[in-house]
Amino acid sequence: MSLWKIAWRSIQQRGLSSFLTGLSMALGVALVAIVLVIHGVVSRSFSEAAQGYNLIVGAKGGKLQLVLNTVFHLSQPIENIPYSYYEELIPGEGAHKGGKLSRGVEVAIPFCLGDSFDEFRVVATTPEFFEKLSYGSYGERYKCAQGRFFKGQPWKEWYTAVVGSVAARQANMKLGQKFPITHGLPHNVNAHAHDEVQFEVVGILEPTGTPNDRAIFVNMEGFFKIPDHAKPVPKGDAHAGHDHDKDHDAHGAADKQEPAAAHDHDKHAEPDKHEDHDKVGHGKDAHDADKHDAHDKHDAHDKHDAAAMPPGDSPAAKTAPSDANKHAEPDKVHDADHEAGHDTGPEAGHHHDHHEKVDLDEPLPENQREVTAVLVLMKENTEGLTYSQVLVRDINKGNVAQAVFPTKEVTDLMQGMVGNLRLILLVLAVLVVVVAGIGVMVSIYNSMSDRGREIAIMRSLGASRGTVMTVVLLESILLSLLGGVAGVVAAHGLIGALEPWIVGQTGVSVGMFQFEMTELILIPGLIGLAALVGYLPALTAYRTDVAKALSASH
Amino acid sequence: MLLVRDIRKSYREPDGAVLPILDVPHFSVAVGEQMVLMGRSGSGKTTLLHILAGLSQPDAGSVEIDGLDITQLPEAGRDRFRAAKIGYVFQTFNLLPGFSALENVLLGMTFCGRKPDAQRAKDLLGRVGLANRMAHKPHMLSVGEQQRVAVARAMANKPRLLLADEPTANIDAHHQQIVVDLLRDTCRSEGVALVLVTHVDDVAGQFDRVEKLEELNRTVSGG
Repeated sequence: MSLWKIAWRSIQQRGLSSFLTGLSMALGVALVAIVLVIHGVVSRSFSEAAQGYNLIVGAKGGKLQLVLNTVFHLSQPIENIPYSYYEELIPGEGAHKGGKLSRGVEVAIPFCLGDSFDEFRVVATTPEFFEKLSYGSYGERYKCAQGRFFKGQPWKEWYTAVVGSVAARQANMKLGQKFPITHGLPHNVNAHAHDEVQFEVVGILEPTGTPNDRAIFVNMEGFFKIPDHAKPVPKGDAHAGHDHDKDHDAHGAADKQEPAAAHDHDKHAEPDKHEDHDKVGHGKDAHDADKHDAHDKHDAHDKHDAAAMPPGDSPAAKTAPSDANKHAEPDKVHDADHEAGHDTGPEAGHHHDHHEKVDLDEPLPENQREVTAVLVLMKENTEGLTYSQVLVRDINKGNVAQAVFPTKEVTDLMQGMVGNLRLILLVLAVLVVVVAGIGVMVSIYNSMSDRGREIAIMRSLGASRGTVMTVVLLESILLSLLGGVAGVVAAHGLIGALEPWIVGQTGVSVGMFQFEMTELILIPGLIGLAALVGYLPALTAYRTDVAKALSASH
Repeated sequence: MLLVRDIRKSYREPDGAVLPILDVPHFSVAVGEQMVLMGRSGSGKTTLLHILAGLSQPDAGSVEIDGLDITQLPEAGRDRFRAAKIGYVFQTFNLLPGFSALENVLLGMTFCGRKPDAQRAKDLLGRVGLANRMAHKPHMLSVGEQQRVAVARAMANKPRLLLADEPTANIDAHHQQIVVDLLRDTCRSEGVALVLVTHVDDVAGQFDRVEKLEELNRTVSGG
């Protein structure tokens, strides 16, 4: 019969006491395991969320704030940067030589932030976000669980959205659903709904385990069309947006600003040029000027019909070149807006004036555009590696924007505040385990007075002092280990049971079988603790006076 | 086989006074011999058995078993010697409550340093009439059965000397005889010397040799 079995029998003999002692150990270890697993998962999620691109460019301000609101959809966006600044980051392709800051850049993806729907933040971006960026440590690609990603064209696509998995589930969003977005972040009392422009859900993302599961992505072009989103333009620049020359060859200097009054009326007078309207930044005001040119009224009517129909249903939408008559018939435009599904009541703050007119198929002029951040993926070659540092230096040197390495910021955050928080939680959890260990000691020690006779019997049968001491130590180790294993199992069971809730609340995916390497320390740690707390009762066993104990039992 | 010479043992009382318990100038038992040691309460019977078993050390004197003075052995050596050469049956049986009858017998083998012989343990339990009670824990056995398990356990390691301390004190007359017969038969069959302490005349009367501790122990006899 092994000493382990003798120890186990002793534990069995004191069933209730052993159970309670083991339970306290299990609770302590479960706490440690939960802290380790949750911290590990959160750390990985934080790190992985910042994967997929190299830099974030945004307005001057806190670096961490820029990362938090761009990557994690937390905190407030800092400010916006000019759209032209984003254009400087766009790499060249074909005849397009690329922006001044685009050297080494593989792709630059704009983000417009600050709006929300329901409890979830809205991220306005371009289709390239899904097509060219990846997420996670292994470079996974975004996939739609349902539907598809939105596209750049035709204009109907501007009013489409792709919803993160958690947001879709919690906000009960379905394909084909139309929704307005609210200007302002969730829980902001000053937030107000924009019913003028509605977005149709065309895709629901597969879970990514990143904060993007809790985001709603809308097409940036449609986002710009929401009234509050156009940057006010000084009167002198009223006609600034429409500049074909700029569109074609002026992705130029970083200090390029929108040229004033760049609109060329003659170009609009040429019918064949209207094809360009879908692609380039026509100014709203510029088209208001067009209306005086008495365009073909039938085309204009077709366009209004298109606006009245759901995006994608209008055959005329593609070809409608402008809205020349809309101001002449304001009621029709207004009705069109309502018929397009803007019947949702205000959910937060005030409603916008429904009489405000929106040219659904007109892109916002570039001089009225701003972006909150730009995600920059550098080329995976020497040029990309070299120029990422140069780019950060150059951008940070200027007055307009800042560039940050998100992984560095996240690592700093984890090692700083979050790391300390983990340490505090771990210390507390370890203290609970130590208290549980003391419970083991007290339990065994108290039993020693009753077990003096047993120890004496074993001694009379030939067991040495060392042997009985070992049996007591093994008892302590068994009790602690069993409690510990039960604690680890309970912790992972609890994590598994709470997984849907955790994912729903945080977007962070935690699995029941997600183990941390640091949990392995628990086993030798527990053995060490058990040996330590078992030492005192074991010493008592060692010192048992056999003759006295046997005589007392007579 | 067993030779005791000039052993003395005393205890210190709480007030510091020394209380002599044993002073046995000579006592011996031959190989396979069976004898009874009688004595009134407080005459030092149990103390003498503890010293013979190496469970406590005399203040002076020697205890030779098969020519080896166990008083000269370190404690761990005495433990090993006891496990291998001495069987002990207690008045209160002293079975470990968490273990079955078979496990109690195996436990006797565990500390011997050899691999426990489960077959011998079962044979022993069969010989004491408990073949169908091996899995029972002590509280499920009668007192007579418990004492039989204790006898089987004491014989587990084929000892050279079996010490039985009032083994019939807590059992009825019927079971007393069963236990005495069992002890005598098993010791005889295994060639084990038996020293049985009792104060029951009926039990003592069955043995050829009966020693009175009052006569052996000078602290009692005043000799």
